[in-house]
Amino acid sequence: MRYAETGYNLEIDLSTGNIEKVPTDPQDTELYLGGLGTNAKILWDRVPPEVEPFSEDNVLIFSAGLLCGTPVIGANRTIISSISPQTLLMGFSMMGGFWAPELKHAGYDKIIIRGKAPKLVYLWIHDDKVEIRDATHLKGKSTYETIRAIQQELNQPDAQVLAIGLAGENRVYFASIESSKSSASRLGLGAIMGDKNLKAIAVRGTRDVNVADGERLMELNKEVLKFIDYRLKNPLPGIPGILAYIGSPQEMRLHDEKWHTESFAWGNARIRRKGFWTKEIEEKWTRTLENARKRLIACYNCPVACSAILELPGVPVYVMKCFTKLTYTMAAMVDDLEFGLKCAGLAQHYGLDGFTTPQVLAFAIELYENGILTDKDLPNFPKDNKERFIYLLEKVVKREGIGDVLAKGVYWAAREIGRGAEKFDHNTIKKHEQVPIKLGMLNPIYFLMWATGEKINITQIEGQIPQAPLPKKIREEFVKDWIQIPTGKEERFKEFILKWGDEGYTFPYYPPPDLVCELVEWQEIMHYIDDCTGICAGLSSFPLKPPYHIHNLPLIIEAASGLKMDEDKLWTIATRVRNLVRCINVRRGLRRKDDKPPEDHWKKRFPEYEEKLMDEYYKYRGWNKDGIPTKETLEKLNLGYVYEDFVKRGILKEDQAQGEKS
Amino acid sequence: MKRKIKIIKMDLDKCMGCRACEVACSAFHANPKYSSVNPSKSRIRVFRDDQRNVFVPVRATFYTKAECEGRSIYIANGEMQSVYGKDYVVCSFCGAACPARDLFKDPDSGLPLKCDVCENEPPLEEPWCVQVCLVDALTYEEREEEVEEEPPKENELEVGLNALADRFGFDKVVDMVIQMATAKKAQEIRK
Repeated sequence: MRYAETGYNLEIDLSTGNIEKVPTDPQDTELYLGGLGTNAKILWDRVPPEVEPFSEDNVLIFSAGLLCGTPVIGANRTIISSISPQTLLMGFSMMGGFWAPELKHAGYDKIIIRGKAPKLVYLWIHDDKVEIRDATHLKGKSTYETIRAIQQELNQPDAQVLAIGLAGENRVYFASIESSKSSASRLGLGAIMGDKNLKAIAVRGTRDVNVADGERLMELNKEVLKFIDYRLKNPLPGIPGILAYIGSPQEMRLHDEKWHTESFAWGNARIRRKGFWTKEIEEKWTRTLENARKRLIACYNCPVACSAILELPGVPVYVMKCFTKLTYTMAAMVDDLEFGLKCAGLAQHYGLDGFTTPQVLAFAIELYENGILTDKDLPNFPKDNKERFIYLLEKVVKREGIGDVLAKGVYWAAREIGRGAEKFDHNTIKKHEQVPIKLGMLNPIYFLMWATGEKINITQIEGQIPQAPLPKKIREEFVKDWIQIPTGKEERFKEFILKWGDEGYTFPYYPPPDLVCELVEWQEIMHYIDDCTGICAGLSSFPLKPPYHIHNLPLIIEAASGLKMDEDKLWTIATRVRNLVRCINVRRGLRRKDDKPPEDHWKKRFPEYEEKLMDEYYKYRGWNKDGIPTKETLEKLNLGYVYEDFVKRGILKEDQAQGEKS
Repeated sequence: MKRKIKIIKMDLDKCMGCRACEVACSAFHANPKYSSVNPSKSRIRVFRDDQRNVFVPVRATFYTKAECEGRSIYIANGEMQSVYGKDYVVCSFCGAACPARDLFKDPDSGLPLKCDVCENEPPLEEPWCVQVCLVDALTYEEREEEVEEEPPKENELEVGLNALADRFGFDKVVDMVIQMATAKKAQEIRK
């Protein structure tokens, strides 16, 4: 018997209509765990670098994490992987909610989609019964309308449905996949779904998910639950409220947005508004959110309610969490939170990413204000920024006029528009819009994470350590019960927190490169573990001092799955997955030149020192100077097949296997 | 005489729809205990509807052979019922395993499921669904209630025979019993 996982994938070819239930290799679970790890293996095996994102041969994988469907608290993530239309690299986007556990109960770990349906379809999976059904009557319907319509026509209110909206159907490069409660929105995988003519996937499962040692797992679960309860009642002292809890930043619950509104940049990632957060704004925004918020709601089997149901006049009801609360308001440069919430609601019904979309719209406004886009491109363009946002949003989703170009995101739109538009593309990494942050002094830890992060999204890499030195008076207390640190690093990391910020221990030269690498690695690894297990980052890799950490995760994985696990083994698996994702991208052309944050990300830059940091990190990771994992690294991680492929393709030469030169 | 009353109370305004109660319940009642999870086998289910802000936990109560009339009586807004200004899905509060729906039936055997307030051996101090509900949408109450001493039960067979005698007359019932007994005996001899 297989534990935690079902041991079956559903393979569906939409071109031919062929559906197969295929047993998986238990050895893959041992090497890659599941979720992102096994997704990466499948993409490596089946999608060679020649395959374009919008191609029948591109594969779109909907995976549950290894622990989804078990009693492990917060293990509910759906990990969707494919080749991104925007970055042309591996795109993986994730969501919480209820879909992944339902898939497990239906008897599958993943759905692997290839081909393209001749007309718009949706999938209906009810345990062993799998159907490809006509969806032409759902064409153009919003994400939420689609979910409801499918539940009604199947007469299955308990079916969990993922759907795309008009944006996905029209292959907007930053289209999301929505599940009512949650969104998988980064890197444009909604467009891949649209390209495959797949409007939605509905799942209902009534099977058992078995665990290896239930009694033990329950004990571990109880400890985690107790810790969560404690952390919810005891926010970290001295840390801004929004970062002091666990879960996603609690922006649906808390009203103090000083940290986000004053540290993040407004407009097209342009202006920091220090002093913005006044008493008056706070009162107004508190009123707005409290009027709109109908209920705080949670994902499957998680006691932290990070999301809220929002209802605003003139916009259909929708569910929101986290920083999307502010993205539209800040990008439009308006002081009116209600506008931002309305705009976000419209966008979510269309199925758009709440991080990228506002930046694309703000970018278009900048181009207009600088005479690069004119009234010819934007006929009847309103004067007011709020109206402009709605105008542009409609154009992008419907791909009308200039909207057709903007629908490709800032990077591609800038190059297609030309006339100097490239200069306004100042907040993308690897062609993907980043969180709008523009700061003063180079932060060496964040520098490496922004530069080398394979997820191309800082929130999916950071966590574990504070973003800036802690105030001196709380440092001792912070490190006192810092149990999350990996074995053997306790003293080093605690010493770092205690010294960091003191004279002589400041950015950019402190922490020193070797310590920077270790801190980056820790943060990365914890995220990669979560993305394989399906445990929400909000309970694990993202917040400070989380309930899940490198010491209890191996025990939990072992009790649930029966895999023999310890700290080292788990670390190695996460390292393997991190490298395999890197290798998929390397095979698609990613090199050192692409590993860099936007030029204006920090005012104070140190080009030579940054090169040194890159050299150190690559060396630490066992990559050559061009960012390619070496033969030795790959073989140590059981990725010998990757090395062979690299040699065959001329990416590595056999004689430079030790990675001395590129 | 004192009787212990055990109830799980539901605060609909506190429920955030995480379904941890379903996970806990199905794991607790798995065989062997905790060996698997399956919300379809849970004796507590959460009706959730994000769009209409409906979050209603319901406990499995009794088995019934027939659908009730409530479904056709209380419909207010199409499929929704409006109760004190809040909308609820049809059957929202009903815990019966009934033919109108799949709810509270074991998906493998079709047998009805019923909440036992986790009274397995050894019984839990609080039902497990209540323990995992950190927001207190579910709370547990035990109280003792004074009940009248129940009169001794009549013999069921006697009650049944009396009813038959009332309907068909005493003699007919006696004749039938003799006939049946003779036929049965003859059958046994032939064997």
